[in-house]
Amino acid sequence: MDWQGQKLAEQMMQIMLVAFAVVAFLTGYVMESFRMMMLVYACGVVLTTLITVPNWPFFNRHPLKWLDPSVAEKYPKPQPQEPVVLKKKPTKK
Amino acid sequence: MHSFGYRANALVTFAVTILAIMCTMASFSDNFNSPSPTARVQVLSINRFQKQIHGNDEVTMTLNISMDLQSLFTWNTKQVFVFVAAEYETPKNSLNQISLWDGIIPSKENAKFSIHTSNKYRFIDQGSNLRGKEFNLTLHWHVMPKTGKMSADKIVMTGYRLPVDYR
Repeated sequence: MDWQGQKLAEQMMQIMLVAFAVVAFLTGYVMESFRMMMLVYACGVVLTTLITVPNWPFFNRHPLKWLDPSVAEKYPKPQPQEPVVLKKKPTKK
Repeated sequence: MHSFGYRANALVTFAVTILAIMCTMASFSDNFNSPSPTARVQVLSINRFQKQIHGNDEVTMTLNISMDLQSLFTWNTKQVFVFVAAEYETPKNSLNQISLWDGIIPSKENAKFSIHTSNKYRFIDQGSNLRGKEFNLTLHWHVMPKTGKMSADKIVMTGYRLPVDYR
């Protein structure tokens, strides 16, 4: 699952559970049946689990594009000497 | 949220938290119910009224108990426990309570009924104070909800009097 997919999965999970909870509570209250509230909510939790927990293909639409090793070699890593100069500036002020 | 286990864990945690909130709301919704129960108890006859060997008074009576507790039931009510208690005052104790009959009402459909019965539990005084004693019959009930706090209330019925002589 890629980064976008993880964000999507978490948001879907939270929104679906809250929505099912609201529906379940209203159904139970209108029908005066505690059992019905529990059943609706249980179905909602199972459905949410099936949708958001497995690694479905639509959670992998934004794969990370790593640079090819040959491209990376053309741009050498910056040397860790410059920060020493930068650190002195704040102390002068 | 990067693995199956983390997603499952997050989902179950959130689902149970919401479940707790739902149960709290269901419990809170009971406050909108304002019950108006009615009850009537008749003492049809005093069958036996004796002094036991050890000196305690014992009464056996036939009761007709009718009640309508349907308004106590909401969608969050599991069952209601009811009992009829004889309550009277003696020189030693300001309140004596003796349970004469009890019952468990499992549903709203069974909450309106009338029952003809002799006292289920023995009506024995600690002493011999019952001759000519005026007493109350009180219907107590305990509402047991599916979620939330148990509540109790009662209806006091006054004006019952035991005979002056043993029989």
